[in-house]
Amino acid sequence: MSQTQTQTQTLWWASESFWKKMAIWITAGSVVVLIFLTFDTVKQITAGGKRVPAYSVINQRIDYVFDDKRNHQVPVIGPEEPLFGKKLSEEEAMALVSKGKLTTQAKNCMNCHTLLGNGAYYAPDLTKSWLDPNWGTKETREQKMVDFLMNPEEMLHNSIGRRMTNLGITEEEARATVAFLKWMSSIDTNGFPYNFKPIDQSDPAPAAAPAASADAAAAPVQQ
Amino acid sequence: MAALGTLSSANLNGGQKLAVKFFTVAIALFGAQVLFGMLAGIQYLKPDFLFGILDFSVNRMLHINAMVVWLLFGFIGAVYWILEDESGTPVVGLGLGNLMFWVFTLAVVVVVLVYLLVQTGPGELKSIWLINEGREYIEAPRWADIGIVVCVLIFFYNVAATFMKGRFTGIAGVLVFDLVALAGLYLAGMWYTPNISMDQHWWWWVIHLWVEATWEVLVGCLLAYGLVKTMGVRRKIVETWLYIEVALLFGSGILGLGHHYFWIGTPEYWLSIGGFFSALEPIPLVAMVVHAVFDAGHHKMKSANHPALAWMIAQAFGNFFGAGVWGFMHTLPQINLYTHGTQWTASHGHLAFFGAYSTIVIAFVYLAVQKWRGDVWMSGNMAGAWKWKWALFLLHAGMIGMTMALLITGYEQSQIERAIGGSTWTAYFEAQAHVWFVQGMNWRMISGWAFTAGFVLLAWDLMTIGKRETRPAQLPAAEAAAA
Repeated sequence: MSQTQTQTQTLWWASESFWKKMAIWITAGSVVVLIFLTFDTVKQITAGGKRVPAYSVINQRIDYVFDDKRNHQVPVIGPEEPLFGKKLSEEEAMALVSKGKLTTQAKNCMNCHTLLGNGAYYAPDLTKSWLDPNWGTKETREQKMVDFLMNPEEMLHNSIGRRMTNLGITEEEARATVAFLKWMSSIDTNGFPYNFKPIDQSDPAPAAAPAASADAAAAPVQQ
Repeated sequence: MAALGTLSSANLNGGQKLAVKFFTVAIALFGAQVLFGMLAGIQYLKPDFLFGILDFSVNRMLHINAMVVWLLFGFIGAVYWILEDESGTPVVGLGLGNLMFWVFTLAVVVVVLVYLLVQTGPGELKSIWLINEGREYIEAPRWADIGIVVCVLIFFYNVAATFMKGRFTGIAGVLVFDLVALAGLYLAGMWYTPNISMDQHWWWWVIHLWVEATWEVLVGCLLAYGLVKTMGVRRKIVETWLYIEVALLFGSGILGLGHHYFWIGTPEYWLSIGGFFSALEPIPLVAMVVHAVFDAGHHKMKSANHPALAWMIAQAFGNFFGAGVWGFMHTLPQINLYTHGTQWTASHGHLAFFGAYSTIVIAFVYLAVQKWRGDVWMSGNMAGAWKWKWALFLLHAGMIGMTMALLITGYEQSQIERAIGGSTWTAYFEAQAHVWFVQGMNWRMISGWAFTAGFVLLAWDLMTIGKRETRPAQLPAAEAAAA
């Protein structure tokens, strides 16, 4: 026993002082690398940056299209399509999106839904909810979303009887939430969610030929 | 000195008297976590249950918040428990620590009442300040955040000042350093931004760097002390292992943060960095298992406190499987693309938090009740030993059952909703209605009942173990007794 102990003490790689130094250097090194990367990341995810568009992007069409080079879908900013038919300045857009973000926090959305995949798993992910075919056509979408947010408990929305509760969302809050969701759908999420089938937003004859997926979703009651 | 087998604070030192208060609240909050978890679980199967009264969002928030707070109370209690023993001097500023306990507890009660009665507010900043911040795990309103920071600063003062005055051991050094990081990181989650990518970027600094770095190191310190105490392992060995664990935990865990930066808008380089470093995260957990099991075997499993030793061994394995294996299973971006935000995460979360953290707090509460009753016998041939054994068994059987059931639902969800259906609203509900999902949720509920029974038994055992026991404990012979 005592022999083993003496042996252990003589081995530098098993000594207390060696590992103490290792612990300090490895931790310090990791922190330095993290700080360096954080500066770059924060720059890239600032609204208006490379990966997270400016808030005024809600004035335009946002789509989610497969990119051959990156081998997954990426958000594509299209022609002008102002939300609720009103073009907003950058400041107005930011105020509206911020109101929507505050609403999602104050109403605790994240404890049923996921946003960017984070949150709870009791309700659908909201990352690309602006592009969900369940809203029917792009003409009816905005109003449908507002109506749903204000009175969700009256709309049976699946075959299992799970409902969203009425959270007392005002019309102003509902419109702001829709703005927030539209803006969120423009974030470059490295292809998450994968294989998403967005709503048909093409221009010609929108009411005449709805896409098959939109057709199925137009009837929310599946039971 | 009170009679053996009777609860008496005369058996405890100053820090330990405060510790048992924290432990009492911790176990009560553990009960709250189980209760609200069960309510939320029922709602998956019966969506109309308590609809509009206590909705899923409220139950789920209370479930995870009760968890964070009971574990924090358990950790704080555990540190106060070891403080005087480890430093060899009475706690500096104990009165302030006591005041902090009451303020913290009162704040928790107020926050819970607001969650239950007010639930949500209008979409304004004042809701975030007064009602609910709406950000998973750190939902506590901003006023409570500030209160938590003040409480943690007082706690830090107690710990740092006591060690400075007394012995500054290796465990003390790691602990003090870790608490600075733990307190500082909380600040990263205390500001508002409309930018959800930025929000989640800093939010993960709190959640990940707490749970997968600083909490793990804190537990490493507690486990080190526990091994010295329950088995008399040599301090030099324990402290060397602790440094190895710190090097490996921080070396993998700090940049392992990147595995939360795959899909939230953050740059593509995080896919490689996060994938690589988080894949290394299980290594320290293997080291911790080897360490704990080797020491236990080396000391022929002789221990003065069988339940505490059993829970410490459970911690080593639970940490390895829950945090290590279950985390690794879906940490690589190629897999995580499909599993992110599904019941996979719930499966991993349940086993990891229970395995890594609940177990060690329970072990410490067993150490505490033993001394509280005057260092009574808690080894072989203990009266009523079936209770702790059955509690241990039921809690584990229930937890493993829930983990497996949620894993199956997670597989089903990532296949049907994600890979095939493409994550639309319709695909989500198709997956939720699938028979495999429903079966999984039923098994989760059955396992939840087993877990609840285990909790009731555990609470009963903690209140009664060692009662009327007349034999004194046989404390380990080595340096522990001399210390």
